Amino acid sequence: MSVPEALLEIDRISKRYGDVVALRDMSFEVRAGEMFGFVGSNGAGKTTTMRIALGVLAADSGEVRWNGAPITFETRRRIGYMPEERGLYPKMKVAEQLAYLAELHGSGSAAARRAADVWIERLGLTEKRDEEVQKLSLGNQQRVQLAAALVHDPEVLVLDEPFSGLDPVAVDVMSQVLREKCDQGVPVVFSSHQLDLVERLCDRVGIVRSGQMVASGSVAELRSGTTERVMVDVDGAGYGWVDELTGVRVVERQGSRAVLELGDGVDDQVVLRAASAAGRVREFAPHRPSLSELFRNVVTEEAAA
Amino acid sequence: MTAPTAPSGSRALSPARGVVLVARREMSTRLRSRSFVIGTLLTIAVIAAYVGFMYFMGNSASRINVGLTGQATAVAEPLKSSVAALGKEVETRTVPDPETGERLVREGELDALVVGAPGALKVVVQKEIKDQLRAALDGLTRQQVLDARLAEAGLNPVEVNREVAGARVAVSTLEVPDPQQDQRKVLAFASLFLLFFSVQTFGTMVAQGVVEEKSSRVVEILLSTVRPWQLMLGKVLGIGVVGLVQLLIIGGVGLVAAIGGDMLTLPDAAVGTLVSVLGWYLVGFLLYAMILAASAALVSRQEELGSVLTPVLMLLMVSFFVGFTLLQNPNNKLVEVLSMIPPFGPVLMPSRIALGVAPGWQIALSVGLTVLAVAAMAWLGGRIYANAVLRTGARVKLRDALRAK
Repeated sequence: MSVPEALLEIDRISKRYGDVVALRDMSFEVRAGEMFGFVGSNGAGKTTTMRIALGVLAADSGEVRWNGAPITFETRRRIGYMPEERGLYPKMKVAEQLAYLAELHGSGSAAARRAADVWIERLGLTEKRDEEVQKLSLGNQQRVQLAAALVHDPEVLVLDEPFSGLDPVAVDVMSQVLREKCDQGVPVVFSSHQLDLVERLCDRVGIVRSGQMVASGSVAELRSGTTERVMVDVDGAGYGWVDELTGVRVVERQGSRAVLELGDGVDDQVVLRAASAAGRVREFAPHRPSLSELFRNVVTEEAAA
Repeated sequence: MTAPTAPSGSRALSPARGVVLVARREMSTRLRSRSFVIGTLLTIAVIAAYVGFMYFMGNSASRINVGLTGQATAVAEPLKSSVAALGKEVETRTVPDPETGERLVREGELDALVVGAPGALKVVVQKEIKDQLRAALDGLTRQQVLDARLAEAGLNPVEVNREVAGARVAVSTLEVPDPQQDQRKVLAFASLFLLFFSVQTFGTMVAQGVVEEKSSRVVEILLSTVRPWQLMLGKVLGIGVVGLVQLLIIGGVGLVAAIGGDMLTLPDAAVGTLVSVLGWYLVGFLLYAMILAASAALVSRQEELGSVLTPVLMLLMVSFFVGFTLLQNPNNKLVEVLSMIPPFGPVLMPSRIALGVAPGWQIALSVGLTVLAVAAMAWLGGRIYANAVLRTGARVKLRDALRAK
């Protein structure tokens, strides 16, 4: 089976509420088999972007395209959506609700019931099949919510904070399901505040600030712009010796460990020798900033600018 | 274990199918709901109890039990026929002596005890005598006196009585009298009540459904695949059908019970009224449901619903109470005018039809105006609903909902 070409493009979308700019030229794209993490502070514009992609909200300008063509009401039906504000009928039974949502997205009724059962089993809800959603635990409600986004076999997934409120087991189930859908050629976009999770799962990441995309790319690409750092652990001697090296400074210290920032053209071997001269080196390794650090840098850089 | 793969089937969802799916969900969840089943059964029980009570009361209250003793036993037959002429039934029995008779009256077994000679009858009752009985006994006594005098005067009482009986005043009526007026009033009241009750119950259900979707946020998922008007129309139609089913059950049971219990002797008029009520329910419900759905979309929580529903339900309430005056005066001018104007028409007109006082042109005008109002509210209400239903939080101002693109 060939993987169908699938491409979701968000092209220069802008939205303002009165004087408040919610989005300014927001652009990014997600391809088949790609998982895109959407990160940013609260109110940065992630939810607004997703709601516009789903047609729940209208943009002032810009375009959302699916496989090269502007997205229409009909093609939107191929998106699997999990809104930030979770929503299901509280008094409807799990299986009926999922089958209904599948039908509403264009599935035939027999196919809809089948798909509902498949996802109920897949997400470990078999025993809750005929229970009202309001009677389920919060974690199980989240699973039903995910099933609701998947039950019509969407060609693209747009999930707003899918991991928030999940217990560790559910996080694993969710990650696994998203990875599988992604491997089947479904572009996946999701927003999250759990940056370690985004770093682990996503092929590409977009960082949003004040309605604008300020950085996007793979985590490695985002790192490439940053200065080189090393983590050292030198026994007993303190870090006075660092001051004698040009272009090197201590960024962070914790006990006998320190993170050093190496300026352009500084040879890490020179630093290592200096460290050895100062004391017993227990650890010396390149330090790669985590997504959290990258995020903090990007956001504070922007704020300072 | 792998996730299901894509059998990329057709995803087309025609606008009509969207509406049908929404309506079907409303029907299947609500027809099975405990409140619907219990509500319907309870209403049926109330109707059955009422009809049974009326049947029993009708049988016992219209009959007067009279005990006769001594010479008075001779008036049994004339008493029966003259009370019957006054619209009541008399059950007579002979009691052995006045003492026994009095005891029976005291115990409530008898309504009255009649003693004495036909010309000088005496009646013993517990507290008061029934008017018809008094009139009949007075008549009989007078007749006796009259007959005696006539005989004394040498006239044949039988001949004179025949002549007297033949003398009547000539009555000419300006309007054709309707001997079925009372039954028509029953039908009119039933129409009025059923329409008020159904439109209010199921209109409120629409409003609650709109807020349920809004407060549970499921509306955001729904609106990513169907348009607001499909969701609103599907909900209104689905709940409308549920109301129609209940109306049909209640109306049908009421009809059968009333005819079976001898309360209605006009099966044709009764069936006609039920059909008219069902038809008027459809247009009336659509009108109110559209207004209520749009109003409900303005708020986000069930607790706030009352404030937006009250003004609309007041219109319904006013129609209902104005309709009561019809039972006093079927030709009430105010009701006649209001019955042609939405939103009062759908509640009032069926009562006037049941009373047989609504000319064809008035009915046609009322239907026409109501249908126009439904169309206008579908457009306006749909617009308000679409603009307000995704705005959660504070109550949306009507002006903003109308103005937004």
